Amino acid sequence: MKILVCISNVPDTTTKINFTDDHKSFVSSGVTYIINPYDEIALTRALEIAEANAGSTVTVIHVGEASSEPTIRKALAIGATDAVRVNAIARDAYFVAMQIVNYAKDQGYDLILTGRESIDYNGSQVASMIGELLNIPSVSIVKLLTLEGNTATLEREIEGGKEVISCPLPLVASATEGMAEPRIAGMRGIMSARTKTLLVIEPTDTPTLQSITNYDKPAPRSHVKLVNANDVKGLVNLLSQEAKVI
Amino acid sequence: MSVLVYTEHSEGKFKKSSFEVVSYGAALAQQLGTNLVALSIGNVASDELNKLAQFGASKILTVSAVAYKAFVNQAYGAVIAQAAQKENANVVVLSATFSGKGLAPRVAVKLNAAYVDGVISLPNNSNGFIVRKGAFSGKAFADVSITSENKVIAIMPNSYKVVENTQPANIEAFEPTTGSNDFAAMVKDIVRASDKVSLPDAEIVVSGGRGLKGPENWGMVEELAQLLGAATACSKPVSDANWRPHSEHVGQTGIAVSPNLYIAIGISGAIQHLAGVSSSKVIVVINKDPEAPFFKAADYGIVGDAFEVVPQLISAIKEFKAENS
Repeated sequence: MKILVCISNVPDTTTKINFTDDHKSFVSSGVTYIINPYDEIALTRALEIAEANAGSTVTVIHVGEASSEPTIRKALAIGATDAVRVNAIARDAYFVAMQIVNYAKDQGYDLILTGRESIDYNGSQVASMIGELLNIPSVSIVKLLTLEGNTATLEREIEGGKEVISCPLPLVASATEGMAEPRIAGMRGIMSARTKTLLVIEPTDTPTLQSITNYDKPAPRSHVKLVNANDVKGLVNLLSQEAKVI
Repeated sequence: MSVLVYTEHSEGKFKKSSFEVVSYGAALAQQLGTNLVALSIGNVASDELNKLAQFGASKILTVSAVAYKAFVNQAYGAVIAQAAQKENANVVVLSATFSGKGLAPRVAVKLNAAYVDGVISLPNNSNGFIVRKGAFSGKAFADVSITSENKVIAIMPNSYKVVENTQPANIEAFEPTTGSNDFAAMVKDIVRASDKVSLPDAEIVVSGGRGLKGPENWGMVEELAQLLGAATACSKPVSDANWRPHSEHVGQTGIAVSPNLYIAIGISGAIQHLAGVSSSKVIVVINKDPEAPFFKAADYGIVGDAFEVVPQLISAIKEFKAENS
């Protein structure tokens, strides 16, 4: 089984988000970066599948600058076989998908996994775009993925339930919680990650279709109105009369 | 030129999110001085299709061949792109549902269009075409300028109000061209918890945290939710401990919700959780710790023991409903 896992490098979930005074860019100084949590789930499932199928490889691919190499090395420490970095700023999801497809198109991957979305730009686009560009099936927001021979069974989230899908390989899937429990890299993993192959390639030309012109933070809520614990009725009145939500 | 919206249905009935998309599309079409075409794929009766005209669609395309009965994003993507080409639509609008999120990027690639997911406002057309979307998982908003001629956007469920705006509309059968390759993924089974309100669409959400001490104490959360017609949700530690399913996890690495009312019970309000609920219109927090950070992000709060407050709240709402029914 030849598996490709696409990872992105995102601010740690505890990060307080700040922007420059002109609201044009994210302030990254002092921010700790991690593997996007959903991508880590995808990577773990890829490793589990590889372990169950002798001779498998798991390659991680990342589109980003050299500053994201610690995140790539972490993926190698968790257990990926090797890594590829496309040396470019990830302008938008289409750009990222094009870079991944440009690398993957001749490599014969059986399975390409991503996270359901990155927790920074929340695009949730790359998996389906790769599927479309490679003209292969894709299933998004998958919480269970099993393989039997050349056929995958996937459970994907739908509103108020789930859908079970059967699909031949190759395919692209985007992972959500439930697909696997992320692993912690051990000392041996960390040591061996240093010597694993990290191929750096240059980007392919891609048109820019969109750009972010402004960032804002949500307006803070006005002061909380506290209701006495003995006056629950008072809360119900406020919700119906003042807030008009019930 | 026109605006095309894709309207999702569940077993022949349109979802509320579909009427939101039609309402949004109608306002957008008016802004652009053009008309709105709504597309439905799968078996939907004409009575139901006509509902789309009530929210502003002036033409309704229906693809009812049996091959399209079940959702396959590759095939549906092809159908939507072909419909856009046939109708000369520059803008395609979908709802950012679980299916919509898988589908829209394919449509965008086929149309050489930019795609923006999680849009929460109509575009600002004064300087190009700029839409606002959630970013950093609810911790921020980003304004995205789309410069491509064709545009695909998916709007957040619950972010745009359904507006009645009846148009005279005709229903037209549409026969797209797809190949067997488009149907490689096959739906084997659909499992729906029919008695539960779906979390991403819910107008009211009742959510529980570690303060509830164990899964056996969720009865009162469920009772309160049922009374209010609400969906149930939980914080990350709760789903990590398998007290509740992952599909109920609200937060930065779970589901982002934007209900009218979010009731948080026994949830302290870690930054990751707050990110997932920041778009809620009204937040009520019940927590015994007056220092819980969630109170700073709430509209109403009760400092008290959930095991005392919630049963009282259930009775108070029962009383309220009896008085107002």
